Amino acid sequence: MNKTSNPAELAEISKRVRRHILEMITAAKSGHPGGSLSATEVVVTLFFDIMKHDPANPKWKDRDRFILGKGHACPVLYSTMAEAGYTPVDQLTTFRRLGSIYQGHPDVRFIPALEASTGSLGEGLSVGLGMALAAKLDGSPSRTFVVLGDGEIQEGQVWEAAMFGAFHKIDNIVCIVDYNKIQLDGFVKDIMPLDPLVDKWTSFGWHVIDIDGHDINAVQKAFHDAEAVKGKPVVILANTVKGKGVSFMENNPKWHGSAPSREECELALKELA
Amino acid sequence: MAVSRKYELKIGPATREAFGKALVELGQKNPNVVVCDADLSKSTMTTFFAKEFPERFFQCGIAEANMVAIGAGLSAAGKIAFVSSFSAFVVNKGFEQLRVTAAYPNVNLKVVGTHSGISIGEDGPSQMSIEDLSLACNLPGFVVMAPCDEVSMKACIHLVADHVGPAFVRAGRSKAAHVYEAGAKFEIGGSNELLSGKDVAIFANGLLVAEALKAAEQLDAAGISARVIDLYSIKPIDRAALERASKECGAIVVVEEHLKDTGIGTRVAQVCAETTPCIMEFVGVDNTYAESGTPEAVIEKYGLLAKNVVEAVHKVLARKK
Repeated sequence: MNKTSNPAELAEISKRVRRHILEMITAAKSGHPGGSLSATEVVVTLFFDIMKHDPANPKWKDRDRFILGKGHACPVLYSTMAEAGYTPVDQLTTFRRLGSIYQGHPDVRFIPALEASTGSLGEGLSVGLGMALAAKLDGSPSRTFVVLGDGEIQEGQVWEAAMFGAFHKIDNIVCIVDYNKIQLDGFVKDIMPLDPLVDKWTSFGWHVIDIDGHDINAVQKAFHDAEAVKGKPVVILANTVKGKGVSFMENNPKWHGSAPSREECELALKELA
Repeated sequence: MAVSRKYELKIGPATREAFGKALVELGQKNPNVVVCDADLSKSTMTTFFAKEFPERFFQCGIAEANMVAIGAGLSAAGKIAFVSSFSAFVVNKGFEQLRVTAAYPNVNLKVVGTHSGISIGEDGPSQMSIEDLSLACNLPGFVVMAPCDEVSMKACIHLVADHVGPAFVRAGRSKAAHVYEAGAKFEIGGSNELLSGKDVAIFANGLLVAEALKAAEQLDAAGISARVIDLYSIKPIDRAALERASKECGAIVVVEEHLKDTGIGTRVAQVCAETTPCIMEFVGVDNTYAESGTPEAVIEKYGLLAKNVVEAVHKVLARKK
């Protein structure tokens, strides 16, 4: 795979990933476009710039690890991993079909290069902390990155994990909250508000970095700054737009979990040409 | 191994204590073994490991769901992680995490639930685990074991540590009678015939193995020959031993410190139905929660003593005629 730190190239890859996301969800006639599109810059920047990993040797012992806590956003993960060379790009449109490696939520049985099977919200951070702890015990330089949804952190287990990470000073993990302000039933503020979110994570003992999650320069800087933090875990609050990149999907709860029609997909792809 | 002998059933350490000591042996043997506990290490006896290997022991606080998933992460990254708490907490509160972070991705996690059954006594039903074996059997790929004494617990802990894949082991709070001599053999998917007999086969595990043995002695005095089998491996289950018992004895009694509607009795009945059906009776907690009391009083009130086993045997033999 061709890694790059060039923001323009990362933006180009993000655009391709967004197109894949729309194509695969349209073909499947189901899936979660909104939260896949909102997390695109974060996931692409991790796989193509920040993380030390090797698609030709996915079980490399000292690799950095990635867990998508918000497993329903797997189209962004599958598309990025396919672009990186882990899995076939031309099979992305088999998403959600019987026998496809691109299961409805990430499943290690079908793609062994995935680090965790997710889909039940609130568990990914704990699993990531366990992996980060194992790396510390082994004296490995491996870092672990976990992307959570904002609705996901309504789960109590996330805060159990937050306490654990701070108490055990697990500083080789970075948690990213894809803060797109929308969940299935509507706007987060109307379902179960999270603010003040910086204060919450800070009071749980985490170093908080608050950024625009679509600004690739800011995303890159956040990951570099996170690496310099020692003795405590880091959370990046990535302020994002649900449905980012497709005008009619942006900021609309409808696109949390519904697939575009073929016509809507064509309109969307034109915007991402 | 057919046996005809007298069991002294001398009181020995609790199986949780044997578990704690086995963990230390494992820790000495394998630097990859790590242990997590949820603020009950002095009760689960993981404290022995914590003292010996503090750098490999992780205190999770009172947060069992998180602990299970932390353990799954450690295991997925190459460790042999043991997570332990009271069975009622680690299995019930951690069930969703056992399912999605351990069973579904087939992670090499080891779960040990102590204080199982109703014999914990005074603490009462909120701490009594009477559904853990059933829940653990609802996790595809999990090995599920319930040893009865010090020797068998130590053996089972070493077995599950060597096994690659998720496992649940059930331990008790109260002191457990010695059933086995050092060096006895155990295997995943095995069982041990502790007494040979031909009229009825009694399957038991955990603390009730001792009650089954006492019952067999009383039955022997009444001229009834009872085979007693320690069914310490619940999943996989020893199908051959079940089929043999069904064929040769023609009547089975299952004895367990668990809800009788969903415990090992249902698994025994299923296997017999699939192989050689026979008549059966079941001794267990009968569709209820128990209550506080001394362990002896609670066990007696809820019908898990040797005399209840004897009654069940008479019942099944009456049906056999």
